[in-house]
Amino acid sequence: MTERVACIGYGALTPVGPSASASYQAVREGRSALRSYEGMFGCKEPFVASLFEQRDRFEGYSFMESIAIRAAREALDAAAINPSSPRVAFVLSSIKGNIEALGQEDVSLSVSAARIARFFQNPNMPIVVSNACISGVAALLQGRRMLLSGQWDAVVVVGAEVQSRFIITGFQSLKALSAAPCKPFDADRDGLNLGEAAAAMVLARSDRGWELADGAIRNDANHISGPSRTGEGSYNALRYVLSSFAPEELAFVNAHGTATRYNDEMEAISLRRAGLPGVPVNSLKGCFGHTMGAAGILESILSMQACEQGCVLPTRGFSTLGVSEPLRVSAQAQSCTGRAFVKLLSGFGGVNGALLFRKGGER
Amino acid sequence: MRVCKTITIPGNTSLTGLYAEKVGNYPKFFKMDTLSKLGFLATELLLEGEADRFISREDRAVLLFSRSGSVCDDSHFAKSMEDYPSPSLFVYTLPNIVAGEIAIRNNYRGETSAFVLEQYDKERIRHVVEEAFQDRTTRSAIVGWVDVRSDTDWTCEVSLIEK
Repeated sequence: MTERVACIGYGALTPVGPSASASYQAVREGRSALRSYEGMFGCKEPFVASLFEQRDRFEGYSFMESIAIRAAREALDAAAINPSSPRVAFVLSSIKGNIEALGQEDVSLSVSAARIARFFQNPNMPIVVSNACISGVAALLQGRRMLLSGQWDAVVVVGAEVQSRFIITGFQSLKALSAAPCKPFDADRDGLNLGEAAAAMVLARSDRGWELADGAIRNDANHISGPSRTGEGSYNALRYVLSSFAPEELAFVNAHGTATRYNDEMEAISLRRAGLPGVPVNSLKGCFGHTMGAAGILESILSMQACEQGCVLPTRGFSTLGVSEPLRVSAQAQSCTGRAFVKLLSGFGGVNGALLFRKGGER
Repeated sequence: MRVCKTITIPGNTSLTGLYAEKVGNYPKFFKMDTLSKLGFLATELLLEGEADRFISREDRAVLLFSRSGSVCDDSHFAKSMEDYPSPSLFVYTLPNIVAGEIAIRNNYRGETSAFVLEQYDKERIRHVVEEAFQDRTTRSAIVGWVDVRSDTDWTCEVSLIEK
């Protein structure tokens, strides 16, 4: 049995597109669903976010579970596997799940995960990876590890996040939100926007498709709500995934790029320390905002499609470099030749995650 | 894998009392939520007397499991929203913050992760820990089931496991 873990199907549902390919096309064309809202979710202050307009749900499922199911279905159809097999596992990545129902029902993330898995008649207890903003990367890494353990034939990794008064008020209390569409890596960046999305990947040991070649999670051991000034954890995660891979082969690095002052500066330092200042860097937060539990999976899926088309996706909102390191931030869509990319994320709790995706090596 | 040592903290234990008795010089403790206080104190007891304890290391992971995640602090933050939303409560509305607190205290630069399961499942947890040892740097892990249902009702069992 091959030790190569690959993505054999993916799906996504975003405010700019009802599928992974439609979402990709929208980003490629520089579209964004970021707009300003007043009074939405009962929030006292206005905010800018990327939200779904249609909020249909399957009967008996929350909106978050419904979009997760739709993304998973697209991925499963593409992978053409039977999700009810006892050899298939579900991994859910969500940060706040159904938090808007707090006080009315059991909002444990495990309840949502079980509902999503049962929708597909899957018999196994799903696992939820709840690692703050790196949850999507951590969930994909968990999927890879489960497959390498030999216990599973396929792992369905689903990420989903919906917005609520709880989350928006929380980020407002931290003064982390921008009052305008965010500007990743820009000199004028002044905070992030929140977003809603669902994304799913089916992983399996396979000789075909994009390989999820390696991954790592590293802690800064510095502060629970601020990134390391030296990019410690991010650099250590990057160094790990590039330990047997030449950086020249990378088409690009898809950064977290939330557009907060501290995050983007920290990532710039991490990339310089890892010897990657020559590699194109982009952030997709200007299209979707920060989609939290969905971000790692959604941004990896878009990056795969971009890399296949030989394209570095544009960093919407970026115009003038505003970090202390000479990063090659991709302002416009540009062409690239590499067949591999790195996905980076960082989050509260001092966590940082890196994944290496590689095309080729198929037999 | 080898379990080196296990610590449990029964529900209703006075955490401030336990802190005063066993630690006493880490004022950050007082700003933590119950989940972080528990994870922190259990780890303090677990690592008591370990040689070279606070020297920075990347080879030890912190892997915490629960059913309830951060629901207890979620309720506290939701209550604060009605009046003055508290940023310090909001930060703790993430199940992995406790792993970050343990990493900061002990200078661990390795993997830290939080997982949520429908119910306690010893076998399943063992598998996830074994899988975490696939990381080529990880040699040992602090592994715990820290499930906080309320500020007085919890299950807290934390072990030190070697590869």
